Amino acid sequence: MAPSFDHLPDPEEDEYDEEEELDFSDLHERFEVQLEQGLDAFVVVDGLPEVNEETKPKLVKFLMRKLNAVGKVKEDSVHMPIGDDGKSYKFAFVEYSSPAEAVAACKALDMVALDKKHTLRVNKLTDIDRYGREGRIDENYTPPKIEEFTEKEHLRSWLADPSGRGRDQFVMYKDNGVGVYWNNEKDAPEAIVERQHWTESFVQWSPQGTFLTSMHQQGVQLWGGPSWTRQKRFAHPFVNLVDFSPGEKYLTTWSNRPISIPEDGHPALSVDDDGMNYVIWDIETGKPLRSFANLDLPSTTTDEAGQPVKRKIQWPAFKWSADDNYVARITHGASISVYELPRMGLLDKKPIKIEGVMDFDWAPATPHREGVKTYEQLFCYWTPELGSNPAKVALMSIPSKEVVRTLNLFSVTDAKLHWQSDASFLCVKVDRHSKSKKSLATSLEIFRVREKGVPVEVVDSIKDTVINFAWEPKGDRFVIITTAEVVAATAVPPKTSVAFYCPEKVKGNFVGNFKHLRTYDKKNSNAIYWSPKGRFVIVATVHSQISSDMEFFDMDFEGEKPESDKDLTANLQLMNTAEHYGVTDIDWDPTGRFVATSASMWKHTMENGYHLYDFKGEQLREEPVEKFKQWIWRPRPPTLLTKEEQKQIRKNLREYSKVFEQEDQDRGASADAAVVENRRRLLDEWLAWRAGVEEDLKEEKEALGLPDDPLDALLGKADESESQVIEEIVEEIVEETEEIIS
Amino acid sequence: MRPILLQGHERALTQIRYNRDGDIIFSTAKDQHACAWYAHNGERLGTYHGHQGALWTVDVDPTSTIIATGAADNTVRLWDIKSGKCLKVWEFNTAVKRVEFNEDGSKLLAVTEKRMGFLGTIVVFDIKLDLEAEQTDERAMTITCEDSKATVAGWSFLSKYIIAGHEDGTVSQYDAKTGEQLDNTQAHEPDALITDIQWSPDRTYFITASKDKTAKLINARDLEVMKTYVTDTPLNSASITPKKDFVILGGGQAAMDVTTTSARQGKFEARFYHKIFEEEIGRVRGHFGPLNTVAVDPQGKGYASGGEDGYVRVHQFDKGYFDFTYEVERQARAQQQQQ
Repeated sequence: MAPSFDHLPDPEEDEYDEEEELDFSDLHERFEVQLEQGLDAFVVVDGLPEVNEETKPKLVKFLMRKLNAVGKVKEDSVHMPIGDDGKSYKFAFVEYSSPAEAVAACKALDMVALDKKHTLRVNKLTDIDRYGREGRIDENYTPPKIEEFTEKEHLRSWLADPSGRGRDQFVMYKDNGVGVYWNNEKDAPEAIVERQHWTESFVQWSPQGTFLTSMHQQGVQLWGGPSWTRQKRFAHPFVNLVDFSPGEKYLTTWSNRPISIPEDGHPALSVDDDGMNYVIWDIETGKPLRSFANLDLPSTTTDEAGQPVKRKIQWPAFKWSADDNYVARITHGASISVYELPRMGLLDKKPIKIEGVMDFDWAPATPHREGVKTYEQLFCYWTPELGSNPAKVALMSIPSKEVVRTLNLFSVTDAKLHWQSDASFLCVKVDRHSKSKKSLATSLEIFRVREKGVPVEVVDSIKDTVINFAWEPKGDRFVIITTAEVVAATAVPPKTSVAFYCPEKVKGNFVGNFKHLRTYDKKNSNAIYWSPKGRFVIVATVHSQISSDMEFFDMDFEGEKPESDKDLTANLQLMNTAEHYGVTDIDWDPTGRFVATSASMWKHTMENGYHLYDFKGEQLREEPVEKFKQWIWRPRPPTLLTKEEQKQIRKNLREYSKVFEQEDQDRGASADAAVVENRRRLLDEWLAWRAGVEEDLKEEKEALGLPDDPLDALLGKADESESQVIEEIVEEIVEETEEIIS
Repeated sequence: MRPILLQGHERALTQIRYNRDGDIIFSTAKDQHACAWYAHNGERLGTYHGHQGALWTVDVDPTSTIIATGAADNTVRLWDIKSGKCLKVWEFNTAVKRVEFNEDGSKLLAVTEKRMGFLGTIVVFDIKLDLEAEQTDERAMTITCEDSKATVAGWSFLSKYIIAGHEDGTVSQYDAKTGEQLDNTQAHEPDALITDIQWSPDRTYFITASKDKTAKLINARDLEVMKTYVTDTPLNSASITPKKDFVILGGGQAAMDVTTTSARQGKFEARFYHKIFEEEIGRVRGHFGPLNTVAVDPQGKGYASGGEDGYVRVHQFDKGYFDFTYEVERQARAQQQQQ
């Protein structure tokens, strides 16, 4: 019965039981006044010589000299108790001005000899209280229990494809489900793991494919291993974005909401992180290293009300050096702060001041510069024209902070920095305005980082504005997309041209001057996707409602080379064109064998799904997927084979490929056989069912006394008169002439 | 195959039917009159005027004497095919969404809409296949759909059952004599409207089309789903081809959902699937609006499709269509011939 006013327990009835007195011990424990707290600044000095009242000040004075070496001790804060017999107890209480000093004193003065006979023992008062009392410490040593070693799952086991075909994996996010699949080329992908609500916003692979990242309101989680267990979690509340260091050692998380640490603490973050937006984590330990607040970006535009428009954050804001040892952030127009890992301290304790700095970028690999023995990390940055000073592009070496090369430029409106993947070249795309500031032109300033003195080559034969630029990965060729009009947000995308550049042939192991190879005009293309292995490139139109063409080019076509290109290191050939309506994303698999193109519902809701092509542009698969969101290939870590081994494989490729081709054929044949077998079964089943149904129908008709065809009776008359022949006479006038007969 | 374009309707097509011989096509559209066409050249035989609202449905009796039409003016009408004269008008409380003659033309069913407090019903009339005879006013039977309204219905073999497809994706089987519900099965996704039911030549099985983007081949006797044809667009109509083991599906994004003008985007294509293997064989483009109805010549020589765009496209199958067989089918046929 629920207690109500009418049914209050009668106090007389229930005898008050003293045994049942409330147990306050838990509250007692919680609210007990902690006396020791104020005693942290006290130390106990042991091992003093025996003194009496008269000699005591002398000893104190002597002791003070020692004690003051590590902190501040006043004379009256040394208490040396004297016993009833007038002799001291050979110890003293000393109060320092702060607990930190007390700790320092314990470290510095313990075991220090006072004279030949006496050695000082210095301990914190609280420690003596905690451990010095009888029974506080177990007399017998019990060794700490060490958890038995359990082998963890191998995080790179996926590289050994169980089918032995070296397939690649990809993650697909559709509707609420996330799944990881093996790519089976033409056949339906084979699911490895599929989970509903695995992530709340998107998924992401770590740069070497070890972890799958899922995003949640509570933070970021990393998954991996053959059973897809949770490997790590990073509790950054309301996290929006995540970025890995290239070596998968560290992780940056960002939330647009400043972190607020609740009263009762946070499992991972401390009070120091309160109000911060970025957290940099150590992936191995799962611990935060340092947190940062957002930097306000100076606004360059204002909205209708004249209020400065908040610029979107630049992502990644913290950029990683190629070796994971440095991470840097730009303070727009003022400086670049470089932090050293894993301590996350500022390099040389101060940011690098660069007036007006607009953008910077680390070399994606450790650059090998000629004449430099110690390979350092390198970043490039640019500054606009300031007063009478020209705009500058510069390369700085870290940690020496030596400026390796600067280049002065004039009439610069904007510059974009493009590193080649080996850090052999840096292309700075410079948009220049004419004196009237009305028209724009682009030039490409290419830094040859490996060569002595870092020479700069200028490609300025471009009349139009370059809207896209991409280096060949691991190569020395590039593709640009240009447009005559300045790109504005119009319904009709501007006509663009696609131009290919490659170095000239030169003798020796050098890279020749960059030359224009070919231009394709009157395109709509706006995106360039190089194969991760180089050589093949897709030029595509993405995010467009009007056209969605994709052109697959080969830069090293093995067929005949046109005479005009004989001095160039490329032979360009358009291999194929494909169309994928509404394509939003194009992703090469890490081996450069396949390309997945997808239309994500994040961008539009028309014909969401994916296509799969091989590198030649031959379509392998097409699948419309409801509420399709994401397709990302799982990256692979760098190969463990040495250069020689790789060369060996390339040399014997024909023999290896023979084996694989045979395997493919066999598999194809057996798959075909299975399909045929299935069809035969379906057909047999169908025919058997039909035979049964026809039999039943016949029986039923007979039972009802109906004729086999009920319409024979109805149409009887018509049938008797046999089939009619209808003659249609068509008159056609071939020619009509009029003769006048006179 | 080059289609014949029938441009007689001014508004969206709602249903197309071939007569039994496959030489005349009847079509209804939302423009208030039904049309009859010669199948072989697309010439218009005539129109049937009289309805006061959008026509939803048409059917022709097996002897090609009369047609029945149902419309949004809450009437079912019988017409003399030859003269175009209206023979009979039955009035209802709500719009009529589907009419169908039974196998021997002795009965007609009509599916009425659920609206204005009236429940959806399936009504049966006895028909006299005689132009001179007086048709009865009496309803032979009325089935009321209490749970979910019927959207389409038809007669099974020997007029034994009435099969109805419902708004909630279920298919139910009624005894054609008593009107008692014998069976009800969730053939399609719940709440995916069943848009069409069409029969196999002997009416022992039928195909349903649904907004859940699938069409299903269902056994009339026990409502077992035998085959499922999965597409990527909501379906409005499905038809079983005689002679060849194919099915033709028609649909496309509803006009109100189409956000661009791209015809390719809307998936306005007739899709051919293999009836037994459930595999897509081909598509026929041409309409620039969703396909509202597809119908196959009972003689198996062609098919017609009607779209939201107001056109009927009549296709004659060419040699390639008849020659197309799967390897296993050829083998099975060869085996039969040997025996």
